Amino acid sequence: MNNWIILPVLLPAMTAAFLVLAVRYNLASQRILSTGACIVLLAAAIGLFMLASDGVVRPLYVGAWPAPFGIVLVLDQLSALMLLLTAALAFIVLCFALYGWDQRGPYFHPLFQFQLLGINGAFLTGDVFNLFVFFEVMLIASYGLMLHGGGRWRLKAGFHYVAINLIASTVFLFAIGLIYGVTGTLNMADLAVKVPQVAPGSEALLRTGAVLLFSVFAVKAALVPLHWWLPGAYGAASAPAAALFAIMTKVGAYSIIRFDTLVFGPQAGPLAGVIDPLLLPAALITLAVGAAGVLASTRLLDLVCFSVVASMGTLLIAVDRLDAPGLGAALYYLVHSTAISAALFLLVDVVASERGPAADTLRPAEQVSRPMLYSGFFLLAGIAMVGMPPLSGFVGKLLILDATRNSAHVAATWSTILGASLIMLVGYARAGSTVFWAAASDKLRVEAVPTLTIPGPVLIIAILLATTALLSLFAGPVMAFADATARQLLEPAGYVSAVLEGSPATPGGSP
Amino acid sequence: MELLVASAIGLLTAVGAYLVLRRRTFPVVIGLLFLSYAVNLFLFVMGRLAIDKPAIYSPDVAGYADPLPQALTLTAIVISFGMTALIVVLSLRGFLETGANDVTIGPDDMQRTFGSQQKRSGHE
Repeated sequence: MNNWIILPVLLPAMTAAFLVLAVRYNLASQRILSTGACIVLLAAAIGLFMLASDGVVRPLYVGAWPAPFGIVLVLDQLSALMLLLTAALAFIVLCFALYGWDQRGPYFHPLFQFQLLGINGAFLTGDVFNLFVFFEVMLIASYGLMLHGGGRWRLKAGFHYVAINLIASTVFLFAIGLIYGVTGTLNMADLAVKVPQVAPGSEALLRTGAVLLFSVFAVKAALVPLHWWLPGAYGAASAPAAALFAIMTKVGAYSIIRFDTLVFGPQAGPLAGVIDPLLLPAALITLAVGAAGVLASTRLLDLVCFSVVASMGTLLIAVDRLDAPGLGAALYYLVHSTAISAALFLLVDVVASERGPAADTLRPAEQVSRPMLYSGFFLLAGIAMVGMPPLSGFVGKLLILDATRNSAHVAATWSTILGASLIMLVGYARAGSTVFWAAASDKLRVEAVPTLTIPGPVLIIAILLATTALLSLFAGPVMAFADATARQLLEPAGYVSAVLEGSPATPGGSP
Repeated sequence: MELLVASAIGLLTAVGAYLVLRRRTFPVVIGLLFLSYAVNLFLFVMGRLAIDKPAIYSPDVAGYADPLPQALTLTAIVISFGMTALIVVLSLRGFLETGANDVTIGPDDMQRTFGSQQKRSGHE
């Protein structure tokens, strides 16, 4: 039964290979296969989500090699949640791309599937080096997706993006080297056992390795001061690629949550809380810088990119608490932030494509074809992103404020979150009024399209916006699951014993 | 020997870090190469330095070299090779499209397309 765990990795891998080798020149077949694979992946993710919701940690020993030696994939509630989020987002973004975005360059669908392979693998693996490999798979596909559509800007921004990620990968390998050199293992469950027993003489080396490891995750999660790549890369990427990348920053957040609870959690002896002095200040500054960026943006895409940076700051403020309410709030906010970031990237692309040479710059220009619809959507998306009631951003921020109520740093945390929300509110109000109202008030006004029909891409944005409304409406059940996940994360002993004690007896298994 | 290996890794990293901070794409690519050399060497010695020891365990040898870092290094070499090939192609394409190998993004470069149709909309 546990063998199903590998399906989210295997399915995109096979689909991508088949798309490249067999139907390379046939866009129609590519679309059918890619969409079909995404539907199956979504069904598999729902199945695994229901399987994991009983709170049991399920390991899969690849090749039946016993745990500390072979590669192990682990399905727990956090992995299942992330898989479901990825599959749902991928399906929605793919539907959007089918409206013509996928024919702007070759190989969109294979790259899309390879990207899913890397992301799903990173969420499932229980081995640090394997995590590195899945990061690389994810990144190399994202390089291709980022360049999709071509053009000078994408090439130049792509060079920055690739270079910074290659440096991050190098640092990742240095961290892995240090951790393996000290503990002699790379299995995450085994690390949770070995790290507390570190010899006093090797503690400094292990500490260096741990901080290097977290700095790599901070690059992925766009934490200040390692966030500068994000506005450049996401601002240059095409709409479906940027929307899918909304989950990539969450891979960094996932890795921070995983390692901060499992390996370097409170039970880690001398290494307990190794990033505690860094995480909260970095998260607070990230939120402040993101909010300032939102206010300073001169283009809609910059506005969205800095909102993503700000949302990562908010998320990691909640992670810093490492208790059930904090982690639960962080997970709720993670789901919300993924949906709303994707919706904003797609919406900005649709709006900018109708504004002629002004594109997404914040200045009065041609009226868009459906001003009421687009401005209404922008208003809703802005409300959700800033965290105004009644959409899910408000619920998420409220949960985070509540979780940090008893923190020693409550003054700094609350004032940053509330102040940043106000600044972002001003930024969004200014952007929306310039783009939508300023156009209506002068000679640039054109007659709106009188029909009531809604184009397909806009309908897909509406689905994403509806998701945030539903998240707000069903906040109770979602939080119940997030709390259960947080409690499972805070008891790493269950994870460790499930992985290490469930091992097959003989190395390699019996033939 | 520890001093020799450690200073070699340190030198490679220093050269890589210096070159990565240059303004042209070519030194940046070379710098990334140096960084990957440094980390491959680092990974290789993380199983401790051992001379004339077999990597595969058998009952009649006294000690053996840790084989896992060797496998990790191979994987890291393959990945960094692929990534380097990609960034070389990327910088070549950038050079051919813009006529310069400057890393910075100027206002002229900030042109991109929006929407699903092949129509160009840029910023002035």
